Amino acid sequence: MLKQIEGSQAVAEAVALCRPHVVCAYPITPQTHIVEGIGAMVKAGTLENCEFINVESEFAALSVAIGASAVGARAYTATASQGLLYMAEAVYNAAGLGLPIVMTIGNRAIGSPINIWNDHSDSMAMKDAGWIQLHAETNQEAADLHIQAFKLAESLSCPVMVCMDGFILTHAYEQVDIPTQEQVDSFLPPFEPVQQLDPANPYSIGAMVGPDAFAEVRYLAHHKQMEALERIPPIAAEFKEIFGREAGGLVKSYRTEDAETIVVALGSVNGTIKEVVDAQREAGVKIGSVSICSFRPFPLAALHEALKGAKRIVCLEKSLAPGLGGMLASNVRMALRSHPLPVYTVIAGLGGRVITRKSLSELFERAGRDSLEDVTFLDLNWEVVQEQIARARELRHSGPIAENLLKALNPGLVERVSPPREANP
Amino acid sequence: MFETRIHGRGGQGVVTAAELLSVAAFDGGKHAQAFPMFGSERMGAPVVSFCRIDEQEIRRREPIMEPDALIIQDPTLLHSVDVFSGVNPEGYIIINSTRSFEELGIAEFVASFPPHHVCDIGATELAMQHVGRPVPNAALIGGFAAITGQIGFESVSKAIREKFPPAIAEANVAAAREAYDQAKEA
Repeated sequence: MLKQIEGSQAVAEAVALCRPHVVCAYPITPQTHIVEGIGAMVKAGTLENCEFINVESEFAALSVAIGASAVGARAYTATASQGLLYMAEAVYNAAGLGLPIVMTIGNRAIGSPINIWNDHSDSMAMKDAGWIQLHAETNQEAADLHIQAFKLAESLSCPVMVCMDGFILTHAYEQVDIPTQEQVDSFLPPFEPVQQLDPANPYSIGAMVGPDAFAEVRYLAHHKQMEALERIPPIAAEFKEIFGREAGGLVKSYRTEDAETIVVALGSVNGTIKEVVDAQREAGVKIGSVSICSFRPFPLAALHEALKGAKRIVCLEKSLAPGLGGMLASNVRMALRSHPLPVYTVIAGLGGRVITRKSLSELFERAGRDSLEDVTFLDLNWEVVQEQIARARELRHSGPIAENLLKALNPGLVERVSPPREANP
Repeated sequence: MFETRIHGRGGQGVVTAAELLSVAAFDGGKHAQAFPMFGSERMGAPVVSFCRIDEQEIRRREPIMEPDALIIQDPTLLHSVDVFSGVNPEGYIIINSTRSFEELGIAEFVASFPPHHVCDIGATELAMQHVGRPVPNAALIGGFAAITGQIGFESVSKAIREKFPPAIAEANVAAAREAYDQAKEA
């Protein structure tokens, strides 16, 4: 049924249609509305046979999901930012144990400095934990990806993160077609675990493994991801057959035919990128874009196919790998190793910095002239940056960086955020 | 595409206003995208929300910088926030106030807008009268429907009834109705 609905609520409804047995909840902005929505459905009795467990931390949330999944329950949780880091050990364990948990990430920056707004630092920090990572472009896709995620996770016995941009998607109201229970049931069969803790048939899960077999177990984790590359496209195709719309898949190309410049990005910013691509195409610029849905496994072959005809690639990344630049661009370079093209990294949207059509327009024009640096920071305020670099050079006791920058931007806030300069010893 | 920006203060329902607009537009068969200017808002702090309405899917995700309409829930913001920033000179402005544009100090600014594009509505007073609480949203959205024509009054009442429990919804629909009629006459 087509509804005008908040993104979080749409995801809550989609998850409920997947008939989860256990949902663990610990609040953290901007994901909280999702588990609240599921909690309300459990309480109202509209989501039956589901244990909704309020836990004491994110570490507990995923640990309880691990326990539930290990006894054969379909388990779900959601988190973001510091919450994902706090559960990091359990994130690796869930993948290592091969437990098909589905978890939503309401993508948000990681502190310090503390910041509640959107970027991709959180899921990027867990990119190598062994989970499949799918990125949603719209709220419709976020809802649809959860339905696909359970199927994918359970078919491989591998956990899946569905990443959706915090606030930009989680808190946006737009129309979402919520499928019927019959549709979801015909797509997603009941969970049949490949391993199950059962007192009637006792065995252990989670053995200690020494040097004799550790590499082999790890190889099999990689192998599972390679298998996922094969399974994601048919799952998306089957989804389209039953639900009548496209969602998921490995990558999606937009107006890349004869494109000289191709912009690559993850998540909701692809919508804004498409509008800019349309405007530039109208002006005769040969530009297109590619939205990566599956970041893990990373679709090397599909990307190679999608990008090989271009003259240059611009990777628009909502996370920074300090000391390197961008993780997406380095991964994309790997996909293009037989077709060496300039691959520019553009760091944008960090900590909720708005990515405007105007800035993207100017950026893509510069890219078309090949006048971008290897790593470009979109809309960076160089003045305050240079000021801080100079201050740190001149003064040993130059003070806290975040407070110094706030002070430079908001002279009125000086006393609140930082002691006056002359008070420094 | 028709873009609306809503200015108010934390606690006045700025986010709910955008949501209601989007639900009403959706009811009218349009695509709509509503979202807040995210932040760790406090009661009373200036808050902004946005709503886009279009005949086709809305893809852009940036805040609205050149609105076709402004809803100003709290006239005290006129002097502390640049609420008029980027507004379309042919656009629409709805202000929650019983004071004249002269008294609000914006007579000269609004004079350049086309006739019937700017209106002030005593939305808080209407809310006190019908709902018994200073919640100006419904009345402002009624006024928005009247002067912009982007959403029909039936859709406004449906959106309000979807959002609130029956008794509160009916009181709000009554406030919206009175505001709608006032704005139509103005």
